This record gives sequence, structure tokens and C-alpha cells, in this order.
Amino acid sequence: MSVIQALDISLAVLVLAVAIWTIVSRDAFAAVVGYVAYGLLVSLVWVRLFAVDVALTEAAIGSGVTGVLLISAAVRLRGTEAAVAAEWPGAGSRVLAAALCMVVTAALAAVVLTMPDPGATLAPEAARHLAETELGNPVTAVLMAFRALDTLLEKVVLFLAVIGVWSLAADGNWGGIAGPRRATNRQGALAFLAQLLPPVGIVVAIHIVWIGANEPGGAFQGGAILAAMWMIVIMARLAEAPAIGERRLRLALVAGPAVFLAVGLMGFAVANAFLAYPAGLAKPLIVFVEVFMTLSIAVSLPMLVLGPPDRPSS
Amino acid sequence: MNFLLVLSLVVPIAGALLAFGVGGRWVSRIALATMPLGLAIAVAIAAGLRPAGGSLVYLLGGWSPPLGVALRADWLSALMMVTTAVVISAIGLFARADFPAGMTETRRSFAFWILLLAVWGALNTVFLSGDLFTFYVSLELLVFVAVPLVALDGRAETLQAALRYLLFALLGSVLYLAGTGLLYGAYGTLDIGVLSGRIRGEPVTAVAVTLMTVGLMAKTALFPLYLWLPAAHAGAPAAASAVLSALVVKGSFFIIVRLWFFVMPGLAGVAAPQLLGALGAGAIVFGSLLALRQERLKLLVAYSTVAQLGYLFLAFPLALDAEAGRLIDGSALIAGLVQAASHATAKAAMFMAAGMIYVALGHDRIAALGGVVRTAPLAALVFLLAGVALIGPPTSGVYFAKTLFLRAADSTHQWWWSLVLDVGGVLTSAYLVMLVARALAPADQAAPSMAGIVSGQQPVAALALVLCSLLLGLLPWHAWLPLPLAVTTPDPLSLDALWSLVWPLLVGMALAALMGRRQNQRPLRMALWLEQADHALRQWPAAGFSLLGLTIMLGVALLLTP
Amino acid sequence: MSAPTLAGLTGAALVGLGLYGLLVHPHPLRKLLGFNLLGSGVFLLFGIIARKGAAAGFAADPVPQAMVITGIVVAFCATALSVALLLRLFEAGGAATLRPDVGRDDSD
Repeated sequence: MSVIQALDISLAVLVLAVAIWTIVSRDAFAAVVGYVAYGLLVSLVWVRLFAVDVALTEAAIGSGVTGVLLISAAVRLRGTEAAVAAEWPGAGSRVLAAALCMVVTAALAAVVLTMPDPGATLAPEAARHLAETELGNPVTAVLMAFRALDTLLEKVVLFLAVIGVWSLAADGNWGGIAGPRRATNRQGALAFLAQLLPPVGIVVAIHIVWIGANEPGGAFQGGAILAAMWMIVIMARLAEAPAIGERRLRLALVAGPAVFLAVGLMGFAVANAFLAYPAGLAKPLIVFVEVFMTLSIAVSLPMLVLGPPDRPSS
Repeated sequence: MNFLLVLSLVVPIAGALLAFGVGGRWVSRIALATMPLGLAIAVAIAAGLRPAGGSLVYLLGGWSPPLGVALRADWLSALMMVTTAVVISAIGLFARADFPAGMTETRRSFAFWILLLAVWGALNTVFLSGDLFTFYVSLELLVFVAVPLVALDGRAETLQAALRYLLFALLGSVLYLAGTGLLYGAYGTLDIGVLSGRIRGEPVTAVAVTLMTVGLMAKTALFPLYLWLPAAHAGAPAAASAVLSALVVKGSFFIIVRLWFFVMPGLAGVAAPQLLGALGAGAIVFGSLLALRQERLKLLVAYSTVAQLGYLFLAFPLALDAEAGRLIDGSALIAGLVQAASHATAKAAMFMAAGMIYVALGHDRIAALGGVVRTAPLAALVFLLAGVALIGPPTSGVYFAKTLFLRAADSTHQWWWSLVLDVGGVLTSAYLVMLVARALAPADQAAPSMAGIVSGQQPVAALALVLCSLLLGLLPWHAWLPLPLAVTTPDPLSLDALWSLVWPLLVGMALAALMGRRQNQRPLRMALWLEQADHALRQWPAAGFSLLGLTIMLGVALLLTP
Repeated sequence: MSAPTLAGLTGAALVGLGLYGLLVHPHPLRKLLGFNLLGSGVFLLFGIIARKGAAAGFAADPVPQAMVITGIVVAFCATALSVALLLRLFEAGGAATLRPDVGRDDSD
């Protein structure tokens, strides 16, 4: 067994062990912390699968932002576990459920083990048409050109999620503010971090969006980093989140899907198809769309983490 | 012409984005302005599909599948898109009074109108998508619309109903996504057309199709996976319930149809379609009997949806050509989709009527419905007509669908499905008869002080929808659909036609007397068992076992298919 | 055993684990963790498919990778909406249970 193989196996065992921990742990907070660690381990697995774009997304969104969200929820829900514990099904039911779940796992494992190698793929097709998109990163080409409709609709999902979260507000708080209030006292480690990190983070984020056209990276990953910077600033109480009734916030939230849609419709006129880019302008147009998508992601993610507005704007 | 396919999903989505950006009292105006436009697009697409059996294709970005994504419209898409456009427009008219455009923006109105536009875009994407992953994204769009609609009133019980719905629907999405990945891994495409040429009856196909189908059944709330539906559909505001019950559950059903009839029609085997049909039959019997046992009108209507969804799944066994061993997209499938359209229009009207009755009486307790005929005559009339439309008088869409189903049962020698159809008619009559009896009873209490006034536009919108459902059978269907034989509508006043309507009512009356809820009387033991079974199925552990058990049964059925 | 196969098997095991957590665990927050494990297991299945589709100079098929990226964002949105609902439910009803008969308000 080579060293790399041994590392792969230990990584898989570690991933599964942490996953089991998040299921069996008695304490919800501990389980959530386990889940954050799990997310980071899984992004390593993605690196081993040579899917760096996915690894970046998993680390930033799947583990990072989701982690912040779940940890703050677990803190607020402390004390609800005891009441719910009475609802556990009996031991017999649990064993039966576990057995049935194992059947599903076994079926999937059998599929994995019998999968042909090399398998079916669209990589040659993507390679053949990559030049037409003027991009170097095939994943970005799939997201922004070949399967652009899915990406556009997924931006609409993000937009609807924000509306869904906001719609849970109390009627009196509509148009108001969510999240921590601004503090006058700006001391402490978090406040220091929140002043230090954002300038660096913004540069890194812009870099990631920019190189995404040709190398791993792009709007999702860059947007998530920007979102994280903004969240640190809010959580350090250096600034409050904007009121959800604010026009600028609303425009920033719809900018991504709206600009994407507008450029797509332009394709009718200048490239003979919806979501088509005219030759020679494909890359600039895609980067243009990605800038607005990054903005919308950077604004949407904190809105989703902060939850519905809990006080009216003064 | 083909660009209309793009517009049909872009117009509502653009409307939603615009309404969000502008905000304030413009939100409902933009939504209402979008409606005639969307309706016109849907009708234009349907018109473009003549002569019967044609299809329209649009390659997005000019990329052809398998690398690119195509939109396709055929008669199924057109039928569902026109139905959706009609129902949404009527709901829009109905909702103007409940979600007004005030001078200041309110939470409920803002969310409702944007979600109404979004659900339209999501459904049109479902109906037009030719790609398995685009289906996944549109399914998620539906979840993110439906769940906030359920929670719109913000009471603890509706929040809980919404959360239960969300978690179960997410489970369904992930299972669907897993199957999609496996099919891509095996055949290297997500395009329905390309995939149908490559797919083979191998274990990986069985596993993938099983996961996808079970996931979609959970989202459609097919019996016994309906744990989330009654509370969610009954707890939402009337206009939202109408969207959810009439349209949203049809989206995931439509994807099951696409998967079985268009991706793998030759690989279904005999056992799996029978299993789907059996679940449908279970839904019809179980859902209808439980509807009889409800204390609240809105819950009764929700259980009626559980039952009515069952009819759609009868299309699977009845479309099976046992000799050729494949599912045929002919009469039985047409019956299933016409049934879906008829139910959509009737059920939306029924939820509207239930909402108006709630407003007029200040409550919706079935036991205290007496006097509703005087307090809210139009709402009561709409409710009655919607119920009649579900039973299926000769001019209605339900009658048309039933005739096609019966014909398919006859030609494929599956008499047991005709029996299910007859039993279903009787059961639907039973809960309608029970309600009529309650409504005609004298008012036993002074009018409650909470009672409000129903806006004038609302009964009109509901009445229009119910008339659609009642007259759907008269449309010149064979000019639009690949129907081998025309269905002739019998003279509605002929003795046969009357008898076909009267006997289910008579038997239904007896059943209502036996199984219905009555004061000061011990219910039948069977009724109690039913309630206990229902209670168990609405808990997570039992629902989980049902889901896992079904997964294994369906998987085995597909694996054993030669 | 190759790295992709190992990742695929890990994915299969995670699907079972997540399914168990989602269906059996009574606490909504823990169900949500189950959902996320289930989702990431499914994504890993896409991962092995992408890696086995390495061709034309690409180390992995870009199409499944793009689908996973879309899927991760959607899963995050779902988690956020669930958490918001759960916290509102806790605020409004004082409990975090999913049992339909607990804490139900039956008055008009």
C-alpha cells in the first residue's frame, strides 16, 4: 500500500467517523461543531477527486457559512433537546430503520463498485466547445454557458430563499433589521479581526472571481468570501445589517439573476438564442454577469444567516 | 414561435424580480399585469402544437444536448401550462382582496405576489424542461415557493406544518438528485431524448429510477407518504392553499410521468406500474374515508387532495401494454393529465370556497356549518359545484378522464382498476353528501361576531374555475391530443347519464351516514382504526418506514424486470 | 482500491447515515444535519462519476462538478430556510418539536 493510498483510506475513515459523531452525539451543539469539521474534511476529499472548484465551494459554503448558521441556531435552541428526547422511536424501530438505510447504502455501494472505468463523460464535448466560450475553466463554462439556465434558476432559488426567510418576520418588523445591533464599544479580538480581515478578504474574493474564468474559482466562491467578511463585521458589531426595506439592498439582491436574465435575453438579438453569447464577446459578458452574481451572493448569504428582521428600522 | 417556450418561464420570473426590486404597492400590480401576458403565451404555445402530436424544441444558448439543455413542449406541457395559467390568473383575481396593495408595503402581500409569480415560472420550467437536472432545480424552486406560502400566516401550527413539509420535500429532492447522478454516470447524458435512446435495463437504472420515483412520490404526497400535506394545505391562507393543492403537487407528478413514459417506457415491467397504481388506489380509499372523518372544512379539502392525487397514478398500470412490455403514452396517460387539469381547477375553487366560508362564518367547523347557505350562498354554491365536478358529471373533465381510464381498463383486461374508479366516485360523493347535509341544517347558534364580509370579486373567480372543470369534457380534445378514439359526451339529461350520477350519490349517502362524524354517537371501530393509522402515518418514524419500505419494494420490482 | 472508488463508497455510506439521521432523529436541527450529510453523500457520488469521466485532458468531467456546485448552494439555501423556520417555531410555540399533536392550538 502506497503512502497516498494509506492517506486516502485514513481520510475516508475520518470523514465517516466524524459523520457518525454528528448523528449519535447527544448534544446538538457538539454535533454541529462536528459537522463543521466534517465539511472541511470533505473538501479535502474533493481535492483528492481533482475537483478544486467543488472543494472551494464546499469549504466556503458547505462548511463555512452553513457552519455559522448551524452553530448560532444550536446555541439558541439549547434546552429544547430534553423535551424532544421523549419522541425517540423505540430501540426495535431504530434497528429496523438502520437496517433499511443500510440496504440503500448497499445498493449504492454495489453501483459504485460496478461502475465502469473510464465511465460515461461529457468532458470531450466540453473540451471541443470550450474555445467558443473563450474561457479556460471548463466548470465555469458549464455553469455560465452550456447549462446557463440551471445557474440562472439557481440564482432565483437563492433569491426566493431570502424572500422565504424574510416572510417569517413578525408583521410589525417588516422593512426592519435583522441580526446584532451596532455596539459603541469596539474593543475585543473579534472587533480587531473584523477590522483586519475585510480588506484582505475583499482582495482575495475579487481575485477568485477574476481567475474563475480560467482557473478554479468563480462567483460562488468569491461571493461566499465577501459574504463572510461582511458577516464578521456585523457579528463584531462594527456595523448593523441594512434594513430589508432599503432600496439599495433590494437591488443588490436581484442584481445577479436580473443581469443574467437581461444578458440572456440580449442573446435573442445578438447571438440568435436565449442565453447565447456573441462570438468575441463571450468572456467579457460572462465576467460582467459574474460580477453582479458575486454581488448578489455576497449580500444574500448574510441575509440568510441573519434570519428574518427582528426589529423595525428606526 | 419557439422563443415562446423561453418567454413562458422568463416572463413570470422577470415579473418576480421586478416586483422585488420596485416593491411597495407595485408588487401586486406587476403580478396582475403579468397574468394576461402569461396566459396568452401558454395559449399561443398550445395553438402552435397543432396538429395533434407535434412538439416544439428550443436549444438554450444554441447548445444542443447532451452538452446543452433543451426546452421541449408537447401536448402534456401545453395542457399543464394552460391549466396553470388559468388557475394562477383566477387565484390572482381572488387574492386581490386578501393581499391588497396598500400605501405601505406589508409582509403578507409582498411575499404572496412574488411567490405567486415564482411558482408560475417554476411550474412552466417543469413542464418544458427536457433535462433531468433542470427538473431538479425547478423542483427546488417549487419547494422554496411552497414552504413560505404555507407559513404565511405565521401561527405556530403553520410554522410547524411548513417545517415538516420542507424537511420531507428536501429529502425527496436529494433522492431525486441521487438518481439523476447515477443515470448521468451510466449513460453520460441528462437529456430525456438522448437518454431514452441509451438507457438499458441494468441494476444501476433500477436503483436510479427507484430513488428518483420515491423522492418524487414524497413530494407529490402519494399515499402513504402524505405526512406533510393535510396540515400544510389546510393551514395556508385560502389563495395559497389553492396554489399548493391545485398546482404544486402536480409538478412532481409531472416529472414522474416524464421519467416513466419518456425516459424508460420499455423498462417499466409489469410489477412496478401495478405498485404505483396500488398506491394510487390506497390514496383514493384512505384519503376519502379520512376526509369523512374531519372536523374542519379545510382539512376535509386537504384529505380530498390526498385522495384525488391517487387517480393520477392509475395512469401507470392502465398505460401498460403487457405484450409489448412498455408504457404507451396514449389514452390512459391523457386520462391522467386531464384528471390533473380537472382536479387543479376544481380544487383551487374548492379551497377558495372554503376560505370564503371561513370568512363568512368566522370558523370552518363542519359540525357548525348550518346556515351557511344563507350567510354565504355563493361560496356554498361554488363548494357544491366543485364537489360535483370531482364526482364527474358527463360534461366535466373528470368524466372524460374516467371514460378513458375505464376504456383502458377494459382493453388491457384489468377490471380491478374500474372497481377502484367506481369506489372512488362513491367515496367522493359520501363526503360531499355529508357536507350538504350539514350545510342545510338550521343554524344552531347566533352568528359569531368574528364573521367578515366576502369581497365581491372572490366568488366570481372561484365560479369561473369551477365552470372550467365542469365543462372541460366538452373541449375538442382529439384535435389537440393523440387520441385514437373520440370520447362522446352523452346527453347529460339521458337516463343513463343521470343514473351514473345518482347511484354513487345514493351509496355515498349510506356511507356518509355510517362513517361520518356525528355527535353523541360512538363511531364505528373501523373509523377509529382509520384515524389511528392516519395519526401514525403523519409521524416521522412511520413515514420514514413507509418511505424506506417503498424504496425497497419498488427497487426489487424494477430489478426483477427482465 | 482507487481514491475515486473509496470516495464513492464513503458517499454511499454517508447517504445511509444521513437518511437514518433525517428519518429517525426527533430533533429538527439534527434532522437538518442528517439532510446535509445525505446531500454531501450524494455529491460525493457525483464526485466519483466526475473523476471516472476524466477525459480530453480534464482531470474530471466538468458537468457533474458544475451540478455539485449548484447543489451545494441549493442545500445551503434549504438549510437557511429550515433554520429560520425552526427558530420562529421555537419563538412562537416555545418548543422545537415536529409532532403534529404537541403544542397545537385548537381554539378559533
